[in-house]
Amino acid sequence: MSKTLFDKVWDSHIVESIENGPDIFLIDKHFIHEVTSPQAFEELKRKNLRVFDPGKIVATVDHNVPTLNQHLPIKDELSKIQVEKLKLNCLEYDIDLFDLGNPNQGIVHVIGPELGITQPGMTIVCGDSHTSTHGAFGAVAFGIGTSQVAQVLASQCLLINKPKKMRISINGKLNKNVTPKDIILYIISKLGTNGGTGFFVEYSGDVFKKMSMEGRMTVCNMSIEMGARGGIIAPDEITFKYLEKREYSPKGDQLKSKIETWNKLKTDKNAIFDQEHSFNASNIYPMLTYGTNPGMGMKYNDKIPNHNNKSDLKSLDYMGFKSGESLIGKKINYVFIGSCTNSRIEDFRLVAKYIENKRKADNVNALVVPGSQKVLNQIKEEGLDNIFTDSGFEIRQPGCSACLGMNDDKIPPGELCISTSNRNFEGRQGPGSRTILSSPILAAATAIHGKIVDINNE
Amino acid sequence: MSNKKINIIDSSAVPIPIENIDTDQIIPARFLKATSKLNFGENLFRDWRFKSNNKIYNDFILNNPLFNGNILLAGANFGCGSSREHAAWAIKDYGFDVVISSFFADIFKMNALNNNILPIQVNDELLKYLFDEVFKNPKIKIKIDLPEQILIINDKSIKFDVDNYKKMCLINGYDDIDYLISKKDLIKDFIKDQ
Repeated sequence: MSKTLFDKVWDSHIVESIENGPDIFLIDKHFIHEVTSPQAFEELKRKNLRVFDPGKIVATVDHNVPTLNQHLPIKDELSKIQVEKLKLNCLEYDIDLFDLGNPNQGIVHVIGPELGITQPGMTIVCGDSHTSTHGAFGAVAFGIGTSQVAQVLASQCLLINKPKKMRISINGKLNKNVTPKDIILYIISKLGTNGGTGFFVEYSGDVFKKMSMEGRMTVCNMSIEMGARGGIIAPDEITFKYLEKREYSPKGDQLKSKIETWNKLKTDKNAIFDQEHSFNASNIYPMLTYGTNPGMGMKYNDKIPNHNNKSDLKSLDYMGFKSGESLIGKKINYVFIGSCTNSRIEDFRLVAKYIENKRKADNVNALVVPGSQKVLNQIKEEGLDNIFTDSGFEIRQPGCSACLGMNDDKIPPGELCISTSNRNFEGRQGPGSRTILSSPILAAATAIHGKIVDINNE
Repeated sequence: MSNKKINIIDSSAVPIPIENIDTDQIIPARFLKATSKLNFGENLFRDWRFKSNNKIYNDFILNNPLFNGNILLAGANFGCGSSREHAAWAIKDYGFDVVISSFFADIFKMNALNNNILPIQVNDELLKYLFDEVFKNPKIKIKIDLPEQILIINDKSIKFDVDNYKKMCLINGYDDIDYLISKKDLIKDFIKDQ
């Protein structure tokens, strides 16, 4: 029978199916971080259970960590305790931890791929909804809750029902200044924040075939923002090339034989999806969000559409925007370039290219937060750090930073922030903060002008 | 106080007729720094309940003494966003055993079930009816019969769906981890044969 890529990976990991119930589903790689793991380890202790296989777990610290002076003790007492707790748990259960100061530390969804830990055909989970990022490699990767983190720690398995399958195809030629971020924001604006709920999404078509691995990660990363458990893209030469010479990826003959297997990870010709959507690349332009969920997005120079629904009106009211209004010319004081969506080297190259020999506007605070120590080092190697500093952008140390208002990096109440992150929920970047999601290019342009500009007609 | 096991619940409800309530609203990230599961209820809907000076917003439903009960009634796409189970812990700790909506986000639904919260999905029409009835009469009781999978209000009795396996877990207070541990040898054999 014809199978989709998703079927092939999922079905090969079913240990047993419970009649009229969920599958016992085997997990190949489990990423953990400081925020969603402590209660899972507590559960293990309470039940007097061992970790099933510590070798299949990789830990890092990202959500809570400061992005300044990481060599000093963490000032926030609660954050410090949480980070310490992870360290103790990793020590006790013999789990590899990339702690602050480790050259491999960074945002969990940045380091997994860049270290070659994430590989095609794997099943990957983490107590974080943006685990969908790893689907860029043809892995089945999704976020789980803390009870499930405990289940995977204890049994390397989850009890879970197989999601339905959706395919989103995009073909054609992309417009000027359209990045992978704009593509996924466009898709979410079309399908809505619950259009993908209950589904696993395969992205296919020319646009994704030509896309770099980092671009594919940006797209898969935001699959959850339309409610989908995950996104997946068939591995190809671009994937295999990316995985060469990564610290944890297979090498030499071993890699060759792996590639033979990985090459079979494609959706069969006649495979059936529960839902299909296709879009034309030429209809996609740089995107901005104007509301308090990622589905409220539009072409950057459009006017905010009419909304009658009470919840949408509440959302516009929170943002201080009105239907019919354009965001071009809107004054912006905060620019955040970072998060698991857009904090990889290609993102910073795009920003640096735009801002080189320009200076940020005086009203703007522009924060550049690399996704990992490795990305930070590469920024320095390529001399991008000088460009950022000369333009008045502040480079920080790796972490989730201002994406989620959990660590020291927060946007003040009432302020608008143009952000390359993934969520524009009320108060997401700090209580009372207002977020506009965009690509790194639009964020860079906003920082230079101090307001949103018509980037394609500058 | 909320229940560990769920069987029959007969309670008034608290209505929040807002769609796309994300887990950042249910429990903002700055409250995720705890290392235990306790006391998250204090900060449930924190920024909708309290102003930045800790004074309450009088017009938010949780601050309205007329409305209370073990059932939370919410607009479509409840629990979207982050996978934080803290959202489920906050809802349970506050005292809710059931959440009724016309649509739930996947991860939230799973987290709810893993914390003995029953998410009940109803159609838009019924959700609107429930909101109308509860706003009209805050004391009105909604009866949830989990074994029979029916929701009863006034003269209406409506069947709802629940996964058979999860239903058994909720009624008996079982959790997935015990089941998985019982399958450890099977899992080991499967890995060996891979």
